[in-house]
Amino acid sequence: MSNSHGADPAFWRAGAISATVVMLVILGLLSVNSLTVITAGGSHVPPYTAINQQILYRYDPVKGYDMPVIGGEDLLFGRRYDPEQARALVTRGKLVIQTKACIDCHTFFGIGAYFAPDLTKSWLDPAWDQLWMPMTGSKTREEAMVKFLIHPDRYPTWSRQMPDLHLTQQDAEGVVAYLKWMSAINTNGFPANFGHAPQP
Amino acid sequence: MYQSQKLAIKYLVVAFALFGVMIAAGLLTAAYYLQPRLLFNTLDFSTAKILHINTLVVWNLMGFFGAVYWFLPQEVEREVVGIRLANVMFWVFCAAFLTVAAVFAVVQTGPSAESTLWLINQGRKYVEAPRWAALGILAIVAVFMFNIIATAVKARRLSGVLGVLIVDLVPLFVLYLDAFPSETNMAKDMYWWWWLVHLWVEGTWEVLIACIMAWTLMRLLNTSRRIVETWLYIDIGLVMGSGILGLGHHYYWIGTPKYWFALGGFFSALEPLPLIGMVVHAIYDAGVHRMHCSNRPALYWMFAEAFGNFFGAGVFGFMMTLPQINLFTHGTQWTASHGHFAWWGAYVCGLISIFYVVLAEARGARQIDGPLWKWSFALLNLGIIGMAGGLLIAGMAQTFHERALGGSTLQSFITAQASSWFVEGMWMRMAFGVMFAIGYVLLVVDLVRVGRMASVVELRIPEVGA
Repeated sequence: MSNSHGADPAFWRAGAISATVVMLVILGLLSVNSLTVITAGGSHVPPYTAINQQILYRYDPVKGYDMPVIGGEDLLFGRRYDPEQARALVTRGKLVIQTKACIDCHTFFGIGAYFAPDLTKSWLDPAWDQLWMPMTGSKTREEAMVKFLIHPDRYPTWSRQMPDLHLTQQDAEGVVAYLKWMSAINTNGFPANFGHAPQP
Repeated sequence: MYQSQKLAIKYLVVAFALFGVMIAAGLLTAAYYLQPRLLFNTLDFSTAKILHINTLVVWNLMGFFGAVYWFLPQEVEREVVGIRLANVMFWVFCAAFLTVAAVFAVVQTGPSAESTLWLINQGRKYVEAPRWAALGILAIVAVFMFNIIATAVKARRLSGVLGVLIVDLVPLFVLYLDAFPSETNMAKDMYWWWWLVHLWVEGTWEVLIACIMAWTLMRLLNTSRRIVETWLYIDIGLVMGSGILGLGHHYYWIGTPKYWFALGGFFSALEPLPLIGMVVHAIYDAGVHRMHCSNRPALYWMFAEAFGNFFGAGVFGFMMTLPQINLFTHGTQWTASHGHFAWWGAYVCGLISIFYVVLAEARGARQIDGPLWKWSFALLNLGIIGMAGGLLIAGMAQTFHERALGGSTLQSFITAQASSWFVEGMWMRMAFGVMFAIGYVLLVVDLVRVGRMASVVELRIPEVGA
């Protein structure tokens, strides 16, 4: 601080203003692009009608990480939802997730409370087929998920249990649709190796 | 004493009482990991967690308000304009907090309808408070802005510190508007939510506390305004220069484009720079004053702020900020470890320092010292380091078992939670949490007594450069 600028607050004030303005402009421009990419139907986030299709999560050797793959028709609850119905069902699911404060136990995209499993790809969790379908006597994954969500206390899996949040049938179907749609979002490979052994 | 300063003391007293509520809710939250059936279906983990993190936000905000209402009239040498309205808003703030806390504790959640978002719970992390309460906070911030701007205009005085504070009030108000939306698309929801958490809490709050610490330094160490303002601008330049695009390290995994890897990784790696500057300057100040100060607790807590911010936010943040590492650490207790330590260093130590300065001035104490603050200082700092350490060990177990090996499925989550590292880490967190709580009790006792009892001795203010 011995030179003429070093101890001059005005010099550093100009620097602080310049740094802030430049960074805000860059953030603004990048946000316009990012928001386009993450709009439902954008390049990273599927349309809500993805709930009518099969969702997979596979290692992409070119990208070097797991990518969601949207396959052929795989109806949810045996119904084909048109765009408006799909949006309404997924919106209901999000409303349930907020009103029941799911994020204060679980995490979504790894963000939340860490007390319960991450739900980013939970639609694809092998536990639904291996554990809950036999336990609930269900023929499909979504049927098992709905039964579990309505009566979590009846299907304990370990010492930490999900409380009864008094979900209705419609609430539970909305949450299941939400989880199926969310599992098809391109999250740049997070979580890594979901449901399969680590890649060499 | 100005009316504004009487209000400041009310704000600080309530803030530190809520600090205790936050600790109690935190201990309860920690207990669920050790005893999962605790209060099951009565007061579940999520409710305790909501109380813990929302009380944290509220008491920090009240602490900042208290500090500003204390220093502002001294800065402009006149009473704060609109102080009656400010007093009304203080009681509104207290009543709103009590109502929201009671609703959280008793009602907890509601039916899946918009009315629940308005009246009971918004279910977004840190902004769970229902919309009516969020509107109340906006109104309180608006009055706070009016008080400061109108006072500066009336006094026809605008120092560098006050100017920065006024500019900072705009994003403080605007960014909080993000506490209301209910966006279906989680990727978009999280995109804007991070503006609230990173840019509001880690941006506007950083500037707010920097202004408050600037005023504190001038009183505590007689540091010249020119030096303080120079460092304030350098700090803001570095915080904004690195932190605005450092936001990108929250955009790795929420569906956003991959260019955030490079931008977020690079700029968030620079984020410790202003914190290093803070540590260097704290050591410099300590050397200049040979650790002599009329208010030793305030001085030591200010050093704790510098070091805690550097290690908690800087080092612990840097440890997991690069995407190659973050892919495996993200969303584990590692994050919680960083969060606890960073918040402690960034805000809590500073608020404790400020309260000691305010109490010394309010009670006319010429010198503050004594054994009790040292015990609370040691227990609180060891407590937070131990908690951060326990959570770090648990987070490492999760990173290994759940993220790296298990692929983050339900089974791998259970495997990680049941591992001995995780369980021992959680016991360690609880033990150090109790130590922290004891430190808090001693802190409160000292704050009640300080300046009134035997700790008042003769004044001895060192000269700068002596």
